[in-house]
Amino acid sequence: MSDHKLPLFEVFIRSRRGLDHKHVGSLHAQDHEAALGYARDVYTRRNEGVSIWVVKSEDIVASQEHEAESFYDPMDDKVYRHASFYEVPDEVKHM
Amino acid sequence: MKTHNSSIEHLQAEFDARIAEDAKIEPKDWMPAAYRKTLIRQISQHAHSEVIGMQPEGNWITRAPSLRRKAVLMAKVQDEAGHGLYLYSAAETLGMSRDQMIADLQSGKAKYSSIFNYPTLSWADIGAIGWLVDGAAIMNQVMLCRCSYGPYSRGMVRICKEESFHQRQGFEIMLTLAQGSEEQKAMAQDALNRWWWPSLMMFGPPDSESANTEQSMAWRIKRQTNDELRQRFVDQTTPQADYLGLTIPDPDLKWDAEAGHYQFGEVDWDEFWQVVKGNGICNRDRIRQHVKAHEDGTWVREAAQAHAERKAAAAEAA
Amino acid sequence: MDAQTQQDLFEYTLRLGDDALTLGHRISEWTSKAPFLEEDIALGNIGLDFVGRARLLLTYAGEVENLGRDEDQLAYLRDIRQYRNLLICELPIGNFADTMARQLLVDAFELPYFQALSQSSDRTLAGIAGKAVKEAQYHLRHSSGWVVRLGDGTEESHGKMADALSKVWGYGPEMFITDEVEQRLVDAGIAVQREELRDGWQAQIERVLEEATLAVPDVSWQVDGGRRGEHTEYLGHMLAEMQFMQRAYPGLQW
Repeated sequence: MSDHKLPLFEVFIRSRRGLDHKHVGSLHAQDHEAALGYARDVYTRRNEGVSIWVVKSEDIVASQEHEAESFYDPMDDKVYRHASFYEVPDEVKHM
Repeated sequence: MKTHNSSIEHLQAEFDARIAEDAKIEPKDWMPAAYRKTLIRQISQHAHSEVIGMQPEGNWITRAPSLRRKAVLMAKVQDEAGHGLYLYSAAETLGMSRDQMIADLQSGKAKYSSIFNYPTLSWADIGAIGWLVDGAAIMNQVMLCRCSYGPYSRGMVRICKEESFHQRQGFEIMLTLAQGSEEQKAMAQDALNRWWWPSLMMFGPPDSESANTEQSMAWRIKRQTNDELRQRFVDQTTPQADYLGLTIPDPDLKWDAEAGHYQFGEVDWDEFWQVVKGNGICNRDRIRQHVKAHEDGTWVREAAQAHAERKAAAAEAA
Repeated sequence: MDAQTQQDLFEYTLRLGDDALTLGHRISEWTSKAPFLEEDIALGNIGLDFVGRARLLLTYAGEVENLGRDEDQLAYLRDIRQYRNLLICELPIGNFADTMARQLLVDAFELPYFQALSQSSDRTLAGIAGKAVKEAQYHLRHSSGWVVRLGDGTEESHGKMADALSKVWGYGPEMFITDEVEQRLVDAGIAVQREELRDGWQAQIERVLEEATLAVPDVSWQVDGGRRGEHTEYLGHMLAEMQFMQRAYPGLQW
């Protein structure tokens, strides 16, 4: 029988202080608490993580492929958001 | 306004361009149905192999000959469960539920690596599996780190990083036996005799008979052919066997200086197909145990779900 | 250290080591048999915690004894009458409810026990206990979570959980017996007085059972004997399996 419908959770791990949480995969669990426990067991068996987020996959809102152009293209012309837009003389360090 | 046809063509062209420039395909990208189907088949088969592979090795956890070996074997088999989970997770991004994959495994519709239909009879088999079976698996998986499908490729990177100790622990067991008593040496040789040829079969049928290889290479799911990987495995493993002082059970095995490769004998493909078709020693037991664990767990999963629903309802009411 | 203390300390460390070894061995039997894959991995971690702890304790026991026995000689070359674990640790895994019931009783005991032992004047034991505290916190969260889910799950799971508790309940009191050996070590600031932990343990279990909508089992029997080497019949079979290689091929390295 296709019995259980344990919900799917996405797992994000901050492997070191100072880094962002990074998506590492997913797992099934009965609730958020159990999902955190399993995320620890599954994705940090070698102590990779110092902080774990779990989010129900169904709660993630993603941009759709067909919207991609309108979603991302306006960002493309804001090159000033990128560090490489700015010229910094070589003598200036630690920028 | 584009016609339906030309928009499919447009998407196909975009997909082809991504593959050509070695960019990754991600879950939300458009992909040809056959590409998706091939990936689901391959990733779920890979996941099932990890999960079924827990059984022959788990068979020795309660009999491991030292506490150190026991702890290492437990950790290794647990890793395999984790790797199965990473892979199911990658396959789920393609729209296939884990429940469905498990149902397909249990009905025989989905396959797993045939190597796990051979029994682990002695402790040396645990060494041989780590050394040969994991060695062959790693070779395949290193290639798959560069697979065109993003989630599969990332899962493989993770798995390869974690699996580096698996082959080493297997070789260490073999080395200990090879340097041990006559009985231990014989145990190691016997394990090599039984696991050598099935390990070569792990790379799949010869290129001339492999229906899927060409398309998978074109899609950059696979980056090397079955025969190329098999040759590399023989080249890497033969000197290791020499180091152990063990004899690879292949009278035709010899170094070809000109080619820079070992020549080796013909794999018994009849045996391979026999085992694939269900005529291995352990096929039925492997599936039966998987079904039993799944069915024994039904009431637990149902309870967990019922409790979670009740808690959610209570939280909503509050 | 005087001869009496040395002998007591060996005995005591062996007891704790055997508890961890037998329970770790039992949990390892769940490999590839858990209700779903995530739980298989969770049980793998818990089993590894116990086996790891057993190795530390048996190694230390061998050092205290000072007769050249290492962890493996202690684990693989003693017969049932020399095994010193609590009976509750050697019971078969049963179904998932049986395993979680046993685990709840043990975990709720071990957390405060190892917290107290981490203050031991014996620095090795204190160190091992400090590590065990962190493990036991996680184990208790895991087992109490499952007892609640199964108790407050379906009618079937509620019945199985209640049954499991009543089957294991009478093995609980043995955890709280402080005999002469341990009392001498308590007086020396090394071991922990077990009886003092009973009320807190009982309260903790009752809190979990209440949330699980389960009653405290109404059983009048209780058994002990593990510390004297008087075991259930289950242990002999466990040892036959665990010790097979060392018995069949004596004196070899693996």
